[in-house]
Amino acid sequence: MSDRSAPSCQDIVELVTEYLDGGLDPSERLAFERHVSICPPCRGYLSQLRRVSSVAGTLSEDDVPERLRESLLKAFRDWKTGPKGR
Amino acid sequence: MGGEGVVASDANREESRLVPALKLGDEAAFGQVVDRFTPAMLRLARVYGLGADAAEDVVQETWLRVLRSLDRFEERSSFRTWLFAILGNCARGRSEAERRSVPVAGLEGDASPAVDESRFFPADHPRWAGMWTTLVDSWETIPDERLLAGEARERFRDAIEALPARYATVFVLRDVEGWSSDEVCVLLDLSPENQRVLLHRARTRLRAALEQYLGADPA
Repeated sequence: MSDRSAPSCQDIVELVTEYLDGGLDPSERLAFERHVSICPPCRGYLSQLRRVSSVAGTLSEDDVPERLRESLLKAFRDWKTGPKGR
Repeated sequence: MGGEGVVASDANREESRLVPALKLGDEAAFGQVVDRFTPAMLRLARVYGLGADAAEDVVQETWLRVLRSLDRFEERSSFRTWLFAILGNCARGRSEAERRSVPVAGLEGDASPAVDESRFFPADHPRWAGMWTTLVDSWETIPDERLLAGEARERFRDAIEALPARYATVFVLRDVEGWSSDEVCVLLDLSPENQRVLLHRARTRLRAALEQYLGADPA
């Protein structure tokens, strides 16, 4: 079982998201940071998970397919002039 | 990471300004919300196991339902929470009709560790129990272009779609769309702890997928 006051590397890799989300209490946070500061592989792992998260953010830049957009705008015009419109 | 919540609430404020314009039939306002939310809606529909065409149908159906019930939207929830709840219902219905797997809120099922245990010294090791047996590259020397462009980008998308649906849903909302954990908990009816576990499992699996891809394709 994990020991959050003296985490092993195997504990650290399970705590990264909690750490990044600010979910660790102050003593756990300190223990996490202390471990990572002296453990290059865990530092590497932390940086990899941060990268996964930041790479994901760039996927949101996609455009709306033009055909779908046109068809939605048409639906909006129909809605506006239909029985529910004003 | 407190900054994300601030960004999300700014976005919510802007959205709530658009709602009255929509109700008045302002087409430019509708174009804006369509452009802002449709890519995320398509991605989430895919998470329900739908193909590209079915996902577009579901997104279209969602917007039609939104228009039909816009008058009844009372802004007790944020516009996007309401929008994505409707999307979830439409996608779930379509997915069940096609007998696909549907995301559920629980944590049942696989709980494999973030990193395979073979990469750590065993628990009974006298000195190094639970410590890494290998080095872990920080990826800091890998330029963004290599991780974000072309094939890597496609592999990453594929890896998201290959995740169990409930992991992918949380991941897409949090890390792709930048929602706050509070918003995700409200939309998916999750406790903060469960939300975090699902996000962590998603991130660790995607990390492993990227590691495998990068390992198989040395620079």
